[in-house]
Amino acid sequence: MTRLVVRGGRVIDPAEGLDRVADVLIEDGRVRGVGPAGTPADQVIDARGRWVVPGLIDMHVHLREPGQEEVETIASGCEAAVRGGFTTVVAMPNTDPAVDSEASAEFVILQAARAARARVLPVGAITKGRRGEELSEMAGLVRGGAVAFSDDGSTVRSAEVMRQGLLYARMLGRPVIAHQEDADLNGGGVMHAGRVSVVLGLPGKSSASEEITVARDIKLAEVTGAHLHCAHVSTAGTVDLVRRAKARGLRVTAEVTPHHLSLTDECVRGFDSVYKMCPPLRTAEDVEALREGLRDGTIDAIASDHAPHSPEEKEVEFSLAPDGVIGLETTLGVVLTDLVHEGRLGPARAIEAMTAAPARILGIQRGTLRPGCDADLTVIDPELRWEVDPSRFASKSRNCPFAGRTLTGRAVSTVVGGRVVWTLDGVRG
Amino acid sequence: MTRSAGGPAWNRRHLLGLEGLSADELACVLDTAESFKEVSTRSVKKVPALRGRVVVNLFYEPSTRTRVSFALAATRLSADVVDFAASTSSARKGETLRDTARNIEAMGVDIVVVRHSAPGAADHLARVLDASVVNAGDGAHEHPTQGLLDVFTIREALGRVQGLRVAIVGDIAHSRVARSNIWGLRTLGAEVVLVGPSTLVPAAFREMGCEVSHSLDDVLPEVDVINMLRIQQERLLAAPFPSLREYTRLFGLTARRMARARPEVIVMHPGPMNRGVEIAPDVADGPRSVILRQVANGLAVRMAVLYLVAGGRPAAREADPRRAAAPRGEGREVLRGAAARTGGAR
Ligand SMILES: [Zn+2]
Repeated sequence: MTRLVVRGGRVIDPAEGLDRVADVLIEDGRVRGVGPAGTPADQVIDARGRWVVPGLIDMHVHLREPGQEEVETIASGCEAAVRGGFTTVVAMPNTDPAVDSEASAEFVILQAARAARARVLPVGAITKGRRGEELSEMAGLVRGGAVAFSDDGSTVRSAEVMRQGLLYARMLGRPVIAHQEDADLNGGGVMHAGRVSVVLGLPGKSSASEEITVARDIKLAEVTGAHLHCAHVSTAGTVDLVRRAKARGLRVTAEVTPHHLSLTDECVRGFDSVYKMCPPLRTAEDVEALREGLRDGTIDAIASDHAPHSPEEKEVEFSLAPDGVIGLETTLGVVLTDLVHEGRLGPARAIEAMTAAPARILGIQRGTLRPGCDADLTVIDPELRWEVDPSRFASKSRNCPFAGRTLTGRAVSTVVGGRVVWTLDGVRG
Repeated sequence: MTRSAGGPAWNRRHLLGLEGLSADELACVLDTAESFKEVSTRSVKKVPALRGRVVVNLFYEPSTRTRVSFALAATRLSADVVDFAASTSSARKGETLRDTARNIEAMGVDIVVVRHSAPGAADHLARVLDASVVNAGDGAHEHPTQGLLDVFTIREALGRVQGLRVAIVGDIAHSRVARSNIWGLRTLGAEVVLVGPSTLVPAAFREMGCEVSHSLDDVLPEVDVINMLRIQQERLLAAPFPSLREYTRLFGLTARRMARARPEVIVMHPGPMNRGVEIAPDVADGPRSVILRQVANGLAVRMAVLYLVAGGRPAAREADPRRAAAPRGEGREVLRGAAARTGGAR
């Protein structure tokens, strides 16, 4: 029997209502208990002055494999994940080909097992080829390991197809993760439609485009009884819609990205495409509403929407550049720096949004240090100051909107299944 | 000249837009343009200010008049001019804007004049090139030399800009000319009222310090300047207004409408005109029209811009160290005299 003790850290396990200094004892890859670990250990992680939290879960990443291995692979994405403190990532199916069959879901799991870094849970496409026309073999996807369904990157344009997808997903007991924007209303928009887009002469995507689709999907969740999860919500109006849906008892959950919690459309002045993503950066009022929604639980989870792109793709005219930014290696630091240290979000709620909340949404037995669970945990130095330097990222891509910023707080050790998969250089262990 | 005392009013390497230019910087360009306009009246219309420099016209959108205006401006400054039209180049083979521009720059170019359909294209080039970049129109973002020549023309015709009320009429939403005019005019103290159908004049322009109106008839009696923008018929495909006929009925500048305007009003148009659509022929050619003066002034303004971004100093202050090796002594002499002559013109 191998015993690992994580000694003397501030253990924050929101699922268990736990926040106190303690040891975490791990035996044979499982959590044995939280408390004084008197017995001798094979390995000790000195966590004094650190936070010890359940392994972080990022429920929205794009790993680009298969199809675009030059910008990210499952292996490189998983390395980026563990360096960012994430022990589980949820991979969106908009690869080439799309993950829309049992075999394609199994391929993702197989590649993740080969990489042996973070755990990867595939999401299956709602519709074949993500074309929004016919349902994919959703039961087969579940057999292949899919934990949810999404056509992310695109909205299921037909309300009827979306209704059927929600109904079918409900039968399978899985959530539908909806990417929500109205393509017609968007026109050729490449940023938020507002004062800044008017000044820059760039076509804008209105907040209404997102909110109309969120409202539609909430109504469809109501009529089907299905679990709707709103991906990367970005507007104050969406927060309001989700808040009211929850108040009515509907099965509606939501996630928000660190960039939507931290940056605004003012960043687009200068036309740097590192600030181009979908949904676009919104206004300061939206950022405030998202923070409030996260605080009061209207928004359940924080997810990076890690979306790698090569410099060749990205460093072109703003309107031609693809949407997306990477986030696995900065999410925790940005959340700690801009929300927790600024007093806008309590540490336990921040950790919950990256552990218990995504686990609950996805119905997986993770995101907690409850005895008997897989020993996935993250040791965080909340006060460590570090400069974001994308050239040192494990991700194969560099499209990071936080490059050059000094952040306070980062993961220093990441443990997956009782195995220390990563430790920051120079950290005592 | 009422430029602030101390350092030179102009020390920018690029002209990407009029947003963010100070009143002093705008006045500096206008005053320099006024000096150069005098050059056009001579029998030998050339000054050696940019001798040995290379200016490339990198045009990704067809625009004969702007391209010719820049080429002529560079020629009059004795620069070498290269025309690089994207239709006849590798741009069609998928080479990126950045690669194309870098290739051109590697041939020893000092100033890149760029016209492109993507907003921010000029900003993008300014980030990746060592050469100076002059924006000759980037999508719906800015067309700073057009804005400058419009302001120049207003100042020349009416003797001032401060306190004037200027109507800009047409498809404001998609107009780079409107945006550059708004920045230039607002910074110099003019009032701007934007006129057009609600689908083409978003209320968000109020946040740029403009008024918005959907009635040309209401606005005409109270303005000093009417700037009629070109209606791009291809925009009809997106159906922002029901028909050209209806547009003309509501927003076309006809002689009958002109009767509502002040007698000293001036009528402008950046061209090319759709005669009979946004402007009636008898108004375009009428006594209040300054449309041809705009074209002539465009040349002087573009000479001034090329001269200034290349490190020239209208008041003959010390040379920009980055361009210290550049020969410009003779041109500077010419301008020193001219600048003195136009002193206090504002
Ligand atoms: Zn998405």
